[in-house]
Parts: sequence; C-alpha cells; structure tokens
Amino acid sequence: MSTGIGARVKRKEDKRFITGKGKYTDDIRGDNQAYAAFVRSPHAHARVKGIDIAAAAAMDGVIAVLDGKQLTGDGIGNIICGWAVSSKDGSPMNMGAWSALATDRVRYVGDAVAVVIAESPAEARLAAEAVEVDYEILPANAHADRALSKSAPQLHDNAPGNLIYDWEIGDGAATDKALAGAAHVTEMALTNNRLSPNAMEPRSAVAIYDASDEHYTLYTTSQNPHVARLVLSAFYQVAPENKLRVIAPDVGGGFGSKIFIYPEEITCLWASMKTNRSVKWTADRSEAFITDAHGRDHHTTAKMGFDKDGRIVGLKVDTIANLGAYMSLFSSSVPTYLYATLLSGQYNIANIHCNVRAVYTNTVPIDAYRGAGRPEACFVVERMMETAAREMGRDPAELRRLNFVQAFPHQTPVIMAYDAGDFDANLDQAMAAADVAGFAARRKEAASRGKLRGLGYSSYIEACGIAPSAAVGSLGAGVGLWESAEVRVNPVGTIEVLTGSHSHGQGHETTFAQIVAERFGIGLDAVSIVHGDTDKVQFGMGTYGSRSGAVGMSAIVKAMDKVEAKVRKIAAHVLEASEADIVIEGGQVKVAGTDKAMGWHEVGLTAYMAHNLPPDMEPGLKESAFYDPANFTFPAGTYICEVEVDPDTGETEIVQFTASDDFGTIINPMIVEGQVHGGIAQGIGQAMLEQVVYSDDGQLLTGSYMDYAMPRASDLPFFSVHNAATVCPNNPLGIKGCGEAGAIGSPPAVINAITDAIGNNNLAMPATPQAVWNAIQAAK
Amino acid sequence: MYPLKYHKAASVDDAVAILTKGDSAKLLAGGQTLLATMKQHLAAPGDLVDIRAIAGMSGIKAEGDTLVIGAATTHAEVAGNSDVAKLCPMLASLAAGIGDPAVRHAGTIGGSIANNDPAADYPAGLLAVAATIVTSKRKIPADEFFDGLFTTALEEDEVITSIRVTRPKRAAYAKFRQPASLFALVGVCVADGAGGVRVAVTGAGDDGVFRHDGLEAALAAKWSADAVKGVKVASDGLLSDIHGSAEYRANLIRVMAGRAVAAS
Ligand SMILES: Cc1cc2nc3c(=O)[nH]c(=O)nc-3n(C[C@H](O)[C@H](O)[C@H](O)COP(=O)(O)OP(=O)(O)OC[C@H]3O[C@@H](n4cnc5c(N)ncnc54)[C@H](O)[C@@H]3O)c2cc1C
Repeated sequence: MSTGIGARVKRKEDKRFITGKGKYTDDIRGDNQAYAAFVRSPHAHARVKGIDIAAAAAMDGVIAVLDGKQLTGDGIGNIICGWAVSSKDGSPMNMGAWSALATDRVRYVGDAVAVVIAESPAEARLAAEAVEVDYEILPANAHADRALSKSAPQLHDNAPGNLIYDWEIGDGAATDKALAGAAHVTEMALTNNRLSPNAMEPRSAVAIYDASDEHYTLYTTSQNPHVARLVLSAFYQVAPENKLRVIAPDVGGGFGSKIFIYPEEITCLWASMKTNRSVKWTADRSEAFITDAHGRDHHTTAKMGFDKDGRIVGLKVDTIANLGAYMSLFSSSVPTYLYATLLSGQYNIANIHCNVRAVYTNTVPIDAYRGAGRPEACFVVERMMETAAREMGRDPAELRRLNFVQAFPHQTPVIMAYDAGDFDANLDQAMAAADVAGFAARRKEAASRGKLRGLGYSSYIEACGIAPSAAVGSLGAGVGLWESAEVRVNPVGTIEVLTGSHSHGQGHETTFAQIVAERFGIGLDAVSIVHGDTDKVQFGMGTYGSRSGAVGMSAIVKAMDKVEAKVRKIAAHVLEASEADIVIEGGQVKVAGTDKAMGWHEVGLTAYMAHNLPPDMEPGLKESAFYDPANFTFPAGTYICEVEVDPDTGETEIVQFTASDDFGTIINPMIVEGQVHGGIAQGIGQAMLEQVVYSDDGQLLTGSYMDYAMPRASDLPFFSVHNAATVCPNNPLGIKGCGEAGAIGSPPAVINAITDAIGNNNLAMPATPQAVWNAIQAAK
Repeated sequence: MYPLKYHKAASVDDAVAILTKGDSAKLLAGGQTLLATMKQHLAAPGDLVDIRAIAGMSGIKAEGDTLVIGAATTHAEVAGNSDVAKLCPMLASLAAGIGDPAVRHAGTIGGSIANNDPAADYPAGLLAVAATIVTSKRKIPADEFFDGLFTTALEEDEVITSIRVTRPKRAAYAKFRQPASLFALVGVCVADGAGGVRVAVTGAGDDGVFRHDGLEAALAAKWSADAVKGVKVASDGLLSDIHGSAEYRANLIRVMAGRAVAAS
C-alpha cells in the first residue's frame, strides 16, 4: 500500500497516545521539583493596596512567596503584543502595561498578583489562599459595546476611553457612494460570541534553573517554542537565548490558546532562579477558564448593497472588538489584518470599507482562537448574503454564484490577492451531496411531524499559511512568518526531519514522514520527525493559521531538494554516470535505462564514509532550508447545514451537515477529514452551545462545564465531507491548509439554517434552545 | 482538597457516631457532588464518612407493591433493576437520564436527594410518587423532606438509609436538559399514585422542587396530554438565569408536562 501523498496512512503517533505513553509537560519532573500556585484577583477591577505574605510564608512546605514588585524589581519586562496596528490617524496603538504579576492594579478576575512556591501542589495552593491582598475595588466593565461610553471605567491611563486603536481598511467614501446608489441594501447587527478555547490538556510549565551556568530550561505547553524563547528572552529579559532552552513536548491541543506567552511561564522561570528549584505549575480547569486567552467577541454592524441584478456593489462594516484587560501576543492583528482582509468572501466586491475599534474591558485577554478573525469575517459576509437573498427573494445559492470570483488571480479591495479556486465546483458538489433538490420534500415531511426544517449555506474563504514575511512586516507584524526545516540522512539511510512546525494534534509525525518517505522511496518507519525543542531544531515559527502544511512542509521540500541534488552528485560519481540520468525510486538510486544502481542506504554510507566522494564535496548528508511563502493560501468551500427545530422548546437538531472543501493538495485524507470534523464541531459549538458570559461587573458566570456548554458527540450529526480541489500555485506541494476551515465556515451555515427554519432572521449565537424559542415567539 | 480523615463506616450507628463527634464531618456516598466541591475548596470536612460499605445500604428489593431502594444504590442500578422496571418504570428512566455513564455508576439516590440540587431529577420523581425517605431516626414523607435550594429536613447527624416508593397507577418523567451540565433545565414528573394525582417540577423553581396546582387539577380532571395544553403556567417564582428565563421555563413546564403525560 502506498504511504505517499494522498494515502490514508494511520497516524504513527497514535500508538503512543492511545497507550498512555505520551509525555506532556505535567509528566516532566525537574531536579528538586517545587510547585507554584498563583494568587489571583477575585475582582474584575481593583487597586492593590498591599500584600501581606506573613501567614502564607510561615505555612508548611512554603519555599517562597513572590510578588510583582519583586518581579519588576528583578528587571522582568512587561508582556507585549507583538503586532503593531496603528489608528487611521496614524497614531500607534495604546498598549497598556501588563506585568506577569500585577503591581498596583488588577484588571480581570484571574489577574495574578503573587505566586507561592512550595514543596507540593497542595501546600502551594493552601498557602496561596493565605496570602492577604488588600484590594480597593474599582468599578468594572465587561462589555465591549459599553467600553467606549463616557461612563465606562478606564482601564489603562495611556488608553483614553479604553480605545486601543481606531483602524480602517478600504475606501470609505467610494463604499458610501456605492451603497447610496444600490437597488437594495441589507443591514444587520451581528455579534460574534466570546469563546473559551478548552484544549484538552490544560496549560502547564516546568522551569528548571541551573545555577552553575545560569541556564534555564522551560518545558511548556506551546504551539511555538522558538517564538516563546525569542519573546521570553528579548522582551521579558528572563535570560539570553543561548541560556534558555524551551521544549514543548507532547501538547494536547491548542486551538491558538498555546501560541501566546502567559504570565505563568515567565513567573515560573523567574521563580526557579529565585528559589534555585525546579518550579512546576499546571492549570486546573477552573484556572484555564480565567486565564487562557479567549476568542472572538466582535460586535458589528454591516451594510451590503446590491444592484438590481443582485450583484454586490459595496460592503461597509463597523466592528467593535473586545481585547480584554490587556493586549495578548497577537491580539491586535486578529480583528484587523486577519479579519477585515477577508471581508470580500468568495465574491467580486468593488467597494469595501471596514472600521474597527479595539477596546479594553475587565475580562480575560482575547487573542487568536481557531480561525482567528476569519470566522468573524465569514460570519459577517455569509449571514449578510443569506439575509440579502431572503430580502430580495432570490435563491441564496444562486445569489452567491452570481457574485463568485471566477478569474484568478483576483485582487480584492482589502489587500488579499486570491491565487486559485473554483467556487462553483465546491457549491455544486455540496449541493449535490446535500441533495438540496430534495429539501422541499424533506421540509414537508418534517412539518407533518411538527418540526420546522431549514437549510443554510456558507461559502467561506480564508487565508492560511501565514505568510510572506515582508508582507506581514509591512502590516506591523513583529516577526517573520517563514518556516525552517533540516533533513538529516543518517549513514544507514534512515532520515530525521527537524521542523520548526509544532504538532499538538495535527499528526505531523505521519504526514511529514509521508512526503519524505515518498520522495526518497523509503519506508515510513525509516523517517522520524523531530520538533518542539529549541536545542534540537535551530529555529521555527510554529503551528497556527493552518501553516504547517503550506509553509512547514514547503521548507521540508526545499531541504529535500538540496539533499536530492547531493545524492545525485554522489550517485553519478560512484556509478560513473551523468547526474541527469540518476533516478531515485523504490529504495534505490539508479542510472536510468541501465542496471547500474546503488541502494539508498549505500548513498548515505558513501556520504559519511567519504572514501569515494566527488572532488571538493563535503562529507555527510544533511541539508537545511528556510521557506518564506510568496502569498497567503486561500482554502475555500461551501458548507450546507440542515436542521430541524422543535417549535415547542426551541431545541434544534442538526440533521445533515455537508462540507465541500478546496484545500489544494491533500497529503493524508484521513487526517484532513479529522481536521474538518473537529473544526465543524467547534463551529457548531460556537453556533449553538458555547458562550463565555460575564456579569456586568466582570464576574465570570461560565467558569466551569456546568455552565459553559462544550459540544458533545451527541450534539453532532455524521458529517458528509467532500473535496473539490484546485492546486495552490504558490508552494511546491500545492497545499492550502485545512486546520481552521471547519471552524470558519460552519457557524453561518448553522445560523442560516435555523433562521430559515423558524422564519426569523434575528438570531444571535449561540442559538441555544432558549434563544431559538425566543426568536420563534418574536416572529409570531 | 484540604487534608481530612477518611472513615469507612461499618454500620449506620458507626456513621452517626462519627457524624456526631467528628470535625465538621460529612457523609460520602458516590462523591459526584461532594468531591468536586471539596476539590474547589468550597467544602472542607475534617472527617469524611464513607457509607457505601454499610451492609444493606445499597440494593433494591420489592416488598409487595413497595420498592425499597437502599440510599447508596447507584443511578445505574436503579436504571437497570427489574423490580423498578416492574413497579415504577418512571424511576428507571429518570435514573437512566442522569448525567453521563460515569456519574450514573458512582452517584447514589441518597446522595442526590440529600444534596437536593434544584436541578436534580430525583426530587421531582420522589415528590410526584409521594415516596418515603427512611433515615437513621425516622420516616420522612417526600412532601416534608425537600425544603428549598440544597436544603432538606435532614438533621446534622441523620443518615438516609432507604427510599420507599409505592407502585403508582401511572407515572412518567420528562426532562429538558440544560445544555452544559445536562441537569434538568426543567424536569416534570406526572404521577397518579399513593399521593393522588401529582405534578412535580424540578429545575425551574427559585426555591427548588415544587408541585404545580394548575397542572395537577387539570390532570385530576382528565389524564391526557391535551388537558395540560390549556393550563396557564405562570413565570412567577421561577428561576431566571443564563440558561433560561422564567418565561422560557414556564413554557417548558407546560410542554414537558404534556410529554410526560403522553409517555405515561
Ligand atoms: C457531570 C455530572 C452530571 C450530573 N448530572 C446530573 C443530572 O442530570 N441529574 C441529577 O439529578 N444529578 C446529576 N448529577 C449529580 C449526581 O446525581 C450526584 O450523584 C448526586 O447529586 C450526589 O450523589 P452522590 O452519591 O455522588 O453523593 P455525594 O457527592 O457523595 O454526597 C452529596 C451530599 O449528600 C450527602 N449524603 C450522601 N449520602 C447520604 C446519606 N445516605 N444520608 C445523608 N446524606 C448523604 C453528603 O454528605 C453530601 O453532602 C451530576 C453530577 C455530575 C458530576
């Protein structure tokens, strides 16, 4: 059976995970291990007037009680946002100071003020409860739409009116003019609900300080250990990079939440040095709810104008984005360059304008969460399209088709240049698979059972593989977004691939091995993937934005190109042939058209023995490469959701969910389908179940699974997943990326289906039974 | 969890003795509620008395038309028991709908009613069939046992030993789940049994489980799903929270009552 590109190879890593042999951060034990517990603010907003550690310090097992004054006193820097977004008047964003341990003020429930280091987790936690913090409680606000009002409490002195930036993209005047001349304008207010990421493995850190050479090792739950090291070193001055090793071992899910550098990792590193002990911290689930960066929380009004034939003439969008109490690592980019640049959807829209105001509130910081900005954009565009079709009495599929971009490359008015796609093909495939033609009959049959049946579309597009370094640099990114790889062929011909991508559920150990094994004609087991350790892999930008295929694998291909070039030279020399005649296949390196050949392993051996190499050739067989993409990639597709609503209770059942995706080249369809399933599950979670709720004064009301509803298997239908692909012209494998599409494309399909069923277009996410029932009552 | 002393009680007297002289001692049954609150430091018993090994504490027997269910009997045992299926199938299906399999195999009927969570299922079921709660001291009718949010008639040193349910003529329980916890957002039990025609509602009352007069009157007049449809269910006195407004709960009470009757 083939194990190459396109083969459904079972995941190599699963044996380890299924048999409980995975090694996660919390499984690591440093020498002389001690444990950290954080003292956290129970108030959403308060002045810290004093911290009394006397009682805690005297408790059993307590090694140290440390606070923010000591931390800043030791020169540990503030936590920063690494993407500079300026306001439309040119002024820089207003970034408030965020110390890993608060010094004078706390700004959300969960904000850390001190840390206890003790001999056991239980002792640390008991002592943390005994730390007495004198708080002067201040008025608080949790809601984005209130943050800008005059009466709202002010969070940061350097952000007047709680405004972080007032940013725009596109041509406002031209868009206004287009809308003024439109035959029909659809106008909507849309909220993108706030989500908690809920990776299965809670965040954890083990910091190990070695006083003998002032060296630090940090095991951490990270999607990008090199970025973590860079930021910890350059901005927080924890240690110079050569004295800091960051290891992200097995990581149990991230969904974005493990991209960022959090107060706990910084504090553990510093505390390890202070106490000369290894320091471990692992969040419990309650702590995860109040410290892991949340996602979404957009409040938008939008207008979409159409000419008399149904062609879109303009789209105007105004969004308030909640960034929480502080600016997390990439928070600024999510509601701007990862959001507004996708507002053209799959459509030809000549005029687009979007204004975004990002605000501070007394809530957990918000940052990238699966899809990051693109689900918010897709929700706006696809809710507007469906609503407009209903208002104009047009078929929603045909309205989309009429406006689809047909010719590529296509430059949108909001930066993105789509490189390839066939939007009709995905729509056709989804409609056929969903049997849209039979829907009317199904609706009738459901009505006979007292159920309301509805169907909704979502034709999504997103931008993946972020992205050309120079391009993101010009937009304010503080990092380059290339990827690196090293391909080491051992003397016996086995191969290790060192990659800067990080796997925390994506199956890289399998898919990356597939492309290498196929290229050199060796077995899958002869290829090992090494990642997640800054001492092993030279550098890497990590895994997020569905970039590991398009960018990470491309780097591997570039490195393999170099290996192949050297292999050809060696084989040509040994076999006395011309390089051009060398072919690599079936574990052999051959001279085409002859019976002259050497085994793949013999090439490795030759390279390392160095007894018989071409003149001037260096021994060894190891090449590395950096790959910087030429463009984003643009996965796209159409999702169709069909629901049945119980009008008596508002309970909604998804009876059918159909996906047709264009992900470019697919390395392993099984893994890709898994990504789509997971993404759709998360999208359905957002659409129907999940919602972080704060009280007006900033207390978290959904702090456990008793109140925060995660999707369960029983909430989900069997997904009907299909693929109609065009090849991405901008990377060597033609890959577009599949990690986020499900979460991006599905929410509007679900809401469009429910609103179709109940005949009321005014329905916010999550469409809980209560919300759907309310909407049914309102429509009566 | 704070440090504590664990005891495995050998008899009811043994358990009562530790409860009396212990350091804010608490009984432990399935631990599905208690252990979670202890882990969150919301409960801090100094002595923990495990009652599950006490002889006769768990298990189900039929005494004529009456079911006797040991206090430490798990939800899964109630759901799968043939005597329950014969004498009061409503209770079996109620128990089968509690939480998830892990909860059902650890959580107990005694723990559930002692806790009297306003969204728990058993209180509605037991109130509707006018069950009797037997304790180390006395027999308490369900009407007197459930006493508001997380409050019961139990005294500090009192242990539930069994629950007695007399076979009703008919009974059924319909539950609408709160999407996150899967507890009852609204659960309605309708029964025509030892206490007459009763409709008990859980999940919805701002003071815990309660009986609904209007629905009872309608069903006493005519036992049919249609009879329930015309009943006005007021939202006064109902809970309003992030999972459902009082108006929504009022609607669900009527709808679930109708479904329960249809299933009875
Ligand atoms: C995820 C989850 C989902 C759940 N879903 C539901 C649901 O859908 N519906 C529902 O009704 N419940 C639900 N529960 C609660 C579950 O039914 C518990 O089992 C029950 O609330 C407590 O029973 P226990 O045996 O675990 O008691 P424990 O947790 O051991 O004790 C609970 C309390 O009762 C006291 N107690 C225990 N036994 C006795 C006794 N014999 N006499 C006097 N006092 C006693 C204890 O001291 C303690 O105060 C859920 C629980 C979880 C964790």
